[in-house]
Amino acid sequence: MSTSNPTGTPALETKGLMKSFGAVTAAHDITVSVPERAVWSLIGTNGAGKTTFVNMVTGYLHPDQGSILFQGRDITSLGPREVTRAGICRSFQIPQLCSELTVLENVLVALAIADPKPPSFFRKARESAAEDRAMEILKRFRIEEHRGRLMSELSAGVRKLLDIAMSMCGHPKVMLLDEPTSGVAAEEKFPIMDLVMEALAAENVTTLFVEHDMDIVTRYSDRVLAFYDGRIIADDAPDEVLNDPQVQRYVTGTAPAEASS
Amino acid sequence: MKAFSDIRVASLLALALLVAGGFALPEWALFLMTIGLAKALVSLGIVVQMRAGLVSFGQGLFFCIGAYVAGLMANFAGLTDIFVLTGIAVIACLAVGGLFGPLLANYRGIFFAMLSLSLSMILYGVLSKMNSLGGTDGLNVAAPTFAGYAPEGRALSLSLYLYTSFIVVAIGAVLRTGFDSQHGLVSLAVRSNELRVEYLGASVRRTNAINYVISAMLGGIGGVITGLAIGHVDPEYAYWTTSGEFVFVAILAGYLSIPAVFVASIILELVRSFSNLYFPNTWQMVLGVFLLVIILTLPNGLGSLFHRKREGGS
Repeated sequence: MSTSNPTGTPALETKGLMKSFGAVTAAHDITVSVPERAVWSLIGTNGAGKTTFVNMVTGYLHPDQGSILFQGRDITSLGPREVTRAGICRSFQIPQLCSELTVLENVLVALAIADPKPPSFFRKARESAAEDRAMEILKRFRIEEHRGRLMSELSAGVRKLLDIAMSMCGHPKVMLLDEPTSGVAAEEKFPIMDLVMEALAAENVTTLFVEHDMDIVTRYSDRVLAFYDGRIIADDAPDEVLNDPQVQRYVTGTAPAEASS
Repeated sequence: MKAFSDIRVASLLALALLVAGGFALPEWALFLMTIGLAKALVSLGIVVQMRAGLVSFGQGLFFCIGAYVAGLMANFAGLTDIFVLTGIAVIACLAVGGLFGPLLANYRGIFFAMLSLSLSMILYGVLSKMNSLGGTDGLNVAAPTFAGYAPEGRALSLSLYLYTSFIVVAIGAVLRTGFDSQHGLVSLAVRSNELRVEYLGASVRRTNAINYVISAMLGGIGGVITGLAIGHVDPEYAYWTTSGEFVFVAILAGYLSIPAVFVASIILELVRSFSNLYFPNTWQMVLGVFLLVIILTLPNGLGSLFHRKREGGS
């Protein structure tokens, strides 16, 4: 299954991605073409292949077959560091933060690494310009009041925001968010997504997010990829996908009784 | 700027204290302090790596290389100038550290510890078998000169102590700057979460390799001073028990504070000297009990006593 992009070189393309873990096929002929500045969501039950797709695009896993193109450049064989440097960043279902550092220091680390030059032994990490920039980022995500706290002192929502804020320090062109609202209190989900989407839109970042909450999917994405059993079974606008009988049967579980029998 | 001026003030105070102490201390204490400070440099190398989550059990490799630079240069090239010997030791350790650092940086945990240990034990084996380098007996090392100045007796002990003090303070200041630098913060991030660091775009391997090379230089400087202070070098410098002592000091001090490493190293030398005097057969037990008490009461080492918690930072 593929999507076309009439506006020029897609931000991200995958062609025939295949990935198996022993007898389990986690990705089967995954072909997508994501245009610049698009906001797409990836839905599917657990084990459908969403995170495998994210892991392949971000270099954590290498596909058994197929290719991944970022702005026309083949990045199939690159690892996470090179993919990040190229302009594709990600956040994690379980936020990957530096637990021994404070919130501010986590962002300072991200800024130091985002610098085109390698982190210097002689350049202060906490110089005022870097701290100001870090505080700007924390304010953008409205977590500046937590700057002196360690990870163990933070709520799930703040951890999610910090995880995404750190990924944003590298000014990505494409961002993949793995379940940005999982584990977050229900009343925090929309405020968190509002903040995140606003920040991503402000920098024209092409966004793909994995999500189980269909209210969030319909509100924030302009296209949905529905995964089932390592395949994309639907690829269209949110309303179309959510009304697709196959999606209702295999993903959302909202199919009428006779359709599911 | 404030942090840099803080480092300068602290360094000048530490140097003044050490210099004043040098003129007040008896000769035996000068020797003990010189050895304690020199070996602290070697342990400081482990602390540099500990900040990124690695512990080397093979710091004896660079300690031994530094010491043998002093011995070989004195015996075979007639070089006794301490500045030149220190420079050669640094270059030698840079070369060896630069060779093995990128390789060892691929490993973590016990694999890194054992591989680093194996390198130092290979050197131990080679030196023990090479009769031209003194075999297991080692080499005597001539007294050092200081840019043409050739002191003797207490003047020699004092000169070596003052040189060591200057080196220790200078390295402490540079390392403090490094710990507060971008590289230093990234090292702490590597310690916490390697995956995150890679996904931010930095190389964990590069960070660990740089830290290994820094620790190699520190080990070499510590070795050259110790060799000159004792006046004798032998393969035991590379033996695993020697490396174990450096790890002991690093754990005792923790990774939070540089002064704590020097305090821990001097404590070890004091405990060793006095325990050896009064409990010649059980002094290791005294050390063990001491370490146990520190681990139980200060899990982050002596350094947690020195460590200042800042707003938004550690």
